[in-house]
Order: sequence, then structure tokens, then C-alpha cells
Amino acid sequence: MSILTVDSIVAGYGSMEVLHGVSLEVEKGQIVCLLGPNGAGKTTLLRAVFGVMRPWQGKVLFKDQDISGFPSESIAHLGMCYVPQEDNIFPSLTVQENLEMGAFIRKDDWQPRLEEIYGFFPDLTDRRKSRAGELSGGMRQMLAIGRALMLNPELLLLDEPSTGLAPFLVNQIFDRIKTLNEQGVTILVVEQNAQALQSADKAYILEGGEKQAEGSAQELLEDKEIGKLYLGR
Amino acid sequence: MGLPIYGLLSFLASFAVMASIYAIFAIGLNVHWGYTGLLNFGIAGFFAIGAYTSALVTSPMPTGVLASYIKQAFGLNAPFLVGVLSAAVVSGLIAALVGLLTLRLSEGYLAISTIGIAESIRIFFNNESWLANGPQGLIGLPQPLSNILPPAYYSYVYLVIVLIFLAVIYVAVERGIRSPWGRVLRAIKEDEVMSSADGKNVFFFKLQALVFGAMIMGIGGALYAHYSAAIQPGVFEPLFGTFIIWTMLILGGTGNNKGAILGSFIVWSLWSWSTFFILKVVPRGFETRAPYIRYILIGLLLVIIMVRRPKGIIGEERQVSKF
Amino acid sequence: MAELIVYGIILGSIIALGSVGLTLIWGITELFNCAHGDQITVGAYIALIFTSLFARIGFLQAKVGPFSFSWGLLLSFIPAILISVVLAILIDRWVYKPLRKTGAHFMTGFIASIGVAWAMRGLIYIIWGAEFHFYAKGLRPMLFLPLGIKLRTDEIFIMVVAWAAVAAVYLFLNRTKMGKAIRALADNASLARVAGINTERMLIWTWGIAGVLIAIAGILYGIETQLRPEMGWIFLLPLFAAVILGGKGSITGALAGGIILGLAQQVSTMWLQPTYKPAVAFLLMILVLIFRPKGIFGRRKV
Repeated sequence: MSILTVDSIVAGYGSMEVLHGVSLEVEKGQIVCLLGPNGAGKTTLLRAVFGVMRPWQGKVLFKDQDISGFPSESIAHLGMCYVPQEDNIFPSLTVQENLEMGAFIRKDDWQPRLEEIYGFFPDLTDRRKSRAGELSGGMRQMLAIGRALMLNPELLLLDEPSTGLAPFLVNQIFDRIKTLNEQGVTILVVEQNAQALQSADKAYILEGGEKQAEGSAQELLEDKEIGKLYLGR
Repeated sequence: MGLPIYGLLSFLASFAVMASIYAIFAIGLNVHWGYTGLLNFGIAGFFAIGAYTSALVTSPMPTGVLASYIKQAFGLNAPFLVGVLSAAVVSGLIAALVGLLTLRLSEGYLAISTIGIAESIRIFFNNESWLANGPQGLIGLPQPLSNILPPAYYSYVYLVIVLIFLAVIYVAVERGIRSPWGRVLRAIKEDEVMSSADGKNVFFFKLQALVFGAMIMGIGGALYAHYSAAIQPGVFEPLFGTFIIWTMLILGGTGNNKGAILGSFIVWSLWSWSTFFILKVVPRGFETRAPYIRYILIGLLLVIIMVRRPKGIIGEERQVSKF
Repeated sequence: MAELIVYGIILGSIIALGSVGLTLIWGITELFNCAHGDQITVGAYIALIFTSLFARIGFLQAKVGPFSFSWGLLLSFIPAILISVVLAILIDRWVYKPLRKTGAHFMTGFIASIGVAWAMRGLIYIIWGAEFHFYAKGLRPMLFLPLGIKLRTDEIFIMVVAWAAVAAVYLFLNRTKMGKAIRALADNASLARVAGINTERMLIWTWGIAGVLIAIAGILYGIETQLRPEMGWIFLLPLFAAVILGGKGSITGALAGGIILGLAQQVSTMWLQPTYKPAVAFLLMILVLIFRPKGIFGRRKV
């Protein structure tokens, strides 16, 4: 079942068009990877999907519901969560408070979920009272993802979770992503790092605001052309 | 029999003088904001500097009895045109100083800084009585060509003077903006990042625009001083000296010199006609308070323009939808 | 000198009350509210209306303990706060919200807030005129402390109330869900929205907090000095400076900034005339903008 369908999205900033009609589809239970170089429009696409930006044209369907143009505040209620690439935590709030904010719109008891998240990212447990702005890069990323997970999303959008992280941390993050997926969370992850392909089921390649390739992760990994052009091989 | 008509004409003449002086300020602001995108909320500062400079340069040093009532730092007793010229020069110099300090700040901070600078200038003139007689200000400022016609008709004479200055400034700015120099300024307003990539020294151009606009404002200040024949620090306060001019420019059309002139006349009409009518309808005892209705009028006008503004009054860049 | 420091802290506490509201609004909505000062003025004058009313009907006229003002003034805090809150929320709904909705450049709101400021001040001038007004006539009881410091009993009241208000705001912002959401919004409004937090609703709460602090600041300032129509505008430059010093959206920063500004302004009177105080505030502000634009306590961007 398709949990997310993006249909011919056109979007941009000011008068500059960045996405020229991009479509993609994410099946429930998958890890889908969106790859591409800097400036390809990957972040723009996630923003357009999550209502942080208004697309100029095109449609976004979440669980068959048309959510095109919905503001981000409402989308969080629907079962999708988004972790931006930058500015993805509340720096002056503590780790604990960041997670609490993640659960803000929940009406039920989210304490158990909080403990689960600490279990998932054990390094955060010792830093409950630390200001989020003082965390190291790796911890911040974990907190950012943890915040989004507080809502038990069905679909998680991740924008370059490995940015600026040391290789072993990158492995840790991708490892956590895989575990999440095994627990039933569908994931759409944007990356520049081709390593992401290895955990993914399906991938799209975006460049210059247009889809350049799509296919199963396996296919793309094996494709020599694509490897050369986009994956830095 | 003919008196009421002369009264009305005289009123119209003085109205036109003030409106034209404000038009000059508005054009100066247009150079700053309309063309270069500099948020100058400190017009009152250049207004004051221009007025005081010309006043001091053209007045004689007080002697005898007068000296105990009026304190000034200097008085050169120079002719009117020298006064106006000095006003422009000093205004430009101060602008250069201000620019060196503040032009590197981002726009919002530049705006707030200019407010502070203008207030500081006003406070300075108010406190430093040795300079220009402090709160009492300077009086008896010379009025050019005051003996051509009987005093009752002086407004007509001055109107001609002001219109000449307005015309010259208008042409100068129009020329300037169509020149290569002017094109750079406009490019800077459009997109600063791109013009600096072009290799032009953005800072230097902004500084030039700041100085040029300030010189125009200084001239406006001088013209005001010699029309009123008296100035004191209270005149150069933010509403009368800065924000009314912003209202004029925005209303008339930013980036457009004709619009600046139009806006000045419209807003000044509002200002003077409202005073006129208010004083007629207001009950006794309230006369001192009635003029403050203008605060409400201009305030509401500003709010309404901002809320209902037509496109492009202040940049519409929106990268990320907020709601 | 010691006396100047004491007065500086008193003045600074009042500035801090205003700065907290200003920085919260600035952090959340990008609006630099030029009407903040005049809203403080309105708060003070609303209390004046009620105090005068009570005086007219002889209600609650007994002086409160060792202070110079009557119980009527204490009671007047309530309507002043209520009206201040309602006014702040309404102005936001009619002026700033439409601008947010149409994606206006932040300077549009800035200029609009100037219009609001003028309109408010004009109203005060028309109703009360330019003369000074006082909450209470008569003696102001003094305390004589060591180091030659003369303190009015009222000033103890001012300090206690100001810091109680600050403490209350602190508790609200740190211990309640709404409060934390407001802090989150001030930190990173975009992310708060992504998390599903309803910005408009939180904004109403924020203006509510600001409104309370504004009214209290106005009345305290009226007790400390006097009421006049420009009282708020005089505040504005120090408020701006305090908020910039403290960093956008930082509450601790705003508090510290307020105290620093109060101190700097008072201490400056050792060398400069008192009317230069706004210029001192402005100088501090410019220095911060040139050397540390994010503020001394500015939030580090992630």
C-alpha cells in the first residue's frame, strides 16, 4: 500500500523554481532513499511534502488523503513526522523538554514512549537535563529524530541525518533507522551519502529539481552509470 | 472684501512651502530606501543637523543684552546660500560617520540604530546649550529676500525659493538614478548578495547613497529653519521629523520621486487641514490637546497602509510558508 | 555611587519586565514591537483611571502600609492587567496577524507597530494632556540605609512586585506545558510547527504574558516617577537595547539586559546629564550590534 504519493510537485523560493515536477511513491514498510547532489531540491521536496513550504503545483497524498498545501501543524496530527536537516532541535530547551515538545499534541500518556525513546537512544539518557544546544552533533541528531518519534509516526521523513557526523556515528544512525523500520516505521530519507542505499529498499535520484533515476536500491547500487554520475564511484 | 481670498491664498502658499520642504525630505528618503533599500528611521537627525548648521552659519553671534539670553557656539552671519550649502555638507559628513558605524548591520538593526542616532542628536542639541541655546533654540533666523514684498506676502517669495530647490534636487536625483551609479544602487536593493558577487563594493555604494540622501535632507532642514525663522530641539522629534516622511513616501509610492512629491502634499494636507478643522470644532480648553489628534491620524494611517498595502511596498520575499 | 547602583537596579528591573515580553514576541514572530513602550504607558494610565475613580468615590483610600499609594492603586492593578492583555491580543489579531498571514516582510510589522504606538500616544495626550500625573499625592516615605543610600519604601514594593512577576513568568515558562511550548516557539518557530504546535494559539498566550508584564511595568514606573504621555517612548530605546543585548528570544538574556541597561543609564548620570540616558542605551545597543550582534547571551544557532 502506498503510504505517500508525491505527484508532479513544482515548488521554489521567491521567483526561483527549484522543483520542476517531481513524483515519487513510498510503500508502507519501506525505507526509501532520495539521493542527489547539493542543490538538487531534496530538502525542498521534503518541505513541500510536510507543508513547511507551499508547492506551486502538484499533489501530495498521505494514506490516500490529499494533504497538498496543508500547513505543517496539521500534518503532524496525521501520522507523519519530519526531521529537518538544520535547526532540528530546540537549543535552549533541555533534552527532556525537547522530547516533551515532540509529544505536545498527544492527548494520552506519553511517559512510556519517552522511556522507549531513551532506550532507543541510550546516550541521551545521561543528558536529560542538558541544554540541547550544547550537545555534540551526533547526540543532536539522535535527539532530533527522538523528538519526531515521540508521536509514533507511521511515516518518518529524514533530511540528511548523517550530515557532519563522523563515520562511526553515521553507521549508528543508519543502524537505528533500520531498527526503526523493522519496528514498522516507514522511512523516507534524503541523503547525499550513498551509504544510505545499503539500508534502503527503493531509491530515487534527484538532480537539478528533476528525477533522474528510480529503482530498487539493489538495482541502483549495481548500475555503473549511476554509480559514476551520482554516487561518486 | 478681497481679504478672505488673500487669507486663503496665503494659507495655501505656506501650505505649499511646507509640503515642498517635506517633498525634498521624501526624495532624500527615496534615495535611501526607495533606491538603495536603506532603512533610515533617523531622518529627524539629518533634518536637525541641516537646520542647525544653516541657522548657526547664517546668524550673527549675539552681542550685548542678547548674549545673555542666547548662547551659541558660533555665528558666521553668512548669506543664505552659504547656510544651505553648509547644511548639506555637514549633513553629508555626519551621514558618512553614521554609515561607517552602521551600514554593515542587517536591515532591522540598521533601522533601530538610526532611530537611536536621531534621538541622540536631538538630546545633544537639547542638553548642550552652549552650542545652540539648548531647549529654547534659536530665533530670529534670517529669511532670504525678505524685503522684496511686504511681510504678509513672504510665503509667496519663499515658495519660489523652495520650488527652485525642489526642482534642482528632483532633476539631480532623476539623473543620478538613471546613471550607471544609480543602476548599481537599484541592483543592491534588489539583491545584495548578487551585486556583491558582481565585484562591486556594496558597502561603498551604500555609503554614497546614504551621504547623497542625507545632503538632500540637510538642505530640507535648512529650508525649514529659514522659513520658520526659529528652531528648537523639540521640532526634530520622530513623528514630525521622521515618520511623517515615511508615511509620505510609502503613500506616494516608494522608489518614485513623483510619488514622493505627491505623497508629501497628500499627507501634509491631512496634517494641516486636520489641525485647521480640529481647532474649529474643539471645545474651549482643549486647544493644547487637539493637535495630538494628528498622532492618531498618522498612526492609524500608517497601520492601515501597512495592513492593506499594495504589493511591493516592502519586499515580499517569503521562502517558507509560515501558516 | 552606591545610590546610583541601587536606582539602576530598580530601573533595570522595570526595564526587564518590558524586555521579557518584547523578546518573546520578537523570537516567535519576528516582530520588533515599537508600540511596547506606549503599551506600557497605556497600562499605567488605565491604573490611573481606576485610582482616580476610587479617589472620587472615596473607596479604598487608606494608604497601604508604609507606602505612598492607596489600596485603590493595588486594586487597580487588576483592571490594568486585564485591559492590557486584551488590548495586546486584539492589536495582534487586527494588525500583526494579517501581516503574518500574507507573508509580509518583517519591517512591515515594525512600521505598523510604530503607527500603533503613535495612535496610542495621541489618545493619551488627548484624554489627559501633556501634564504629569501621579498615583498618589503627598509624602513619599523614605528609608535611610547605610552607605548614604536613601530608598523610598515604594521602591521596595517595586522590587518585590517586579521580581515576583518575573518569578511567576519563569515558573510558567519552565514548569507548564504551555510555557515550554512558548519557549520552544521562541527558540525555533518552524520546528515547533513541524511538531504540530499551534502557533497562533501559543501567540495569544504569549501576548497575554507580555500584556501582564507591560501593565505591571507601567504601574511600577508610574509609582517610581510619574505618569506622562511620553513615559513609554522613553522606555523604548532601553527596551530595544536590553533585548538586543540579551539576544533574540532569550528570556534570561532579556532580564540580564534590563538590569544592565538600568545600571548603565543610572551610572552614566555621574558624568552625563540625565536626559542623555536614552543616548547611553543607544550607545550600548550599537556596541553590541557591532561586536556581538547575537547578543551577549544570544542563542547559538544549531
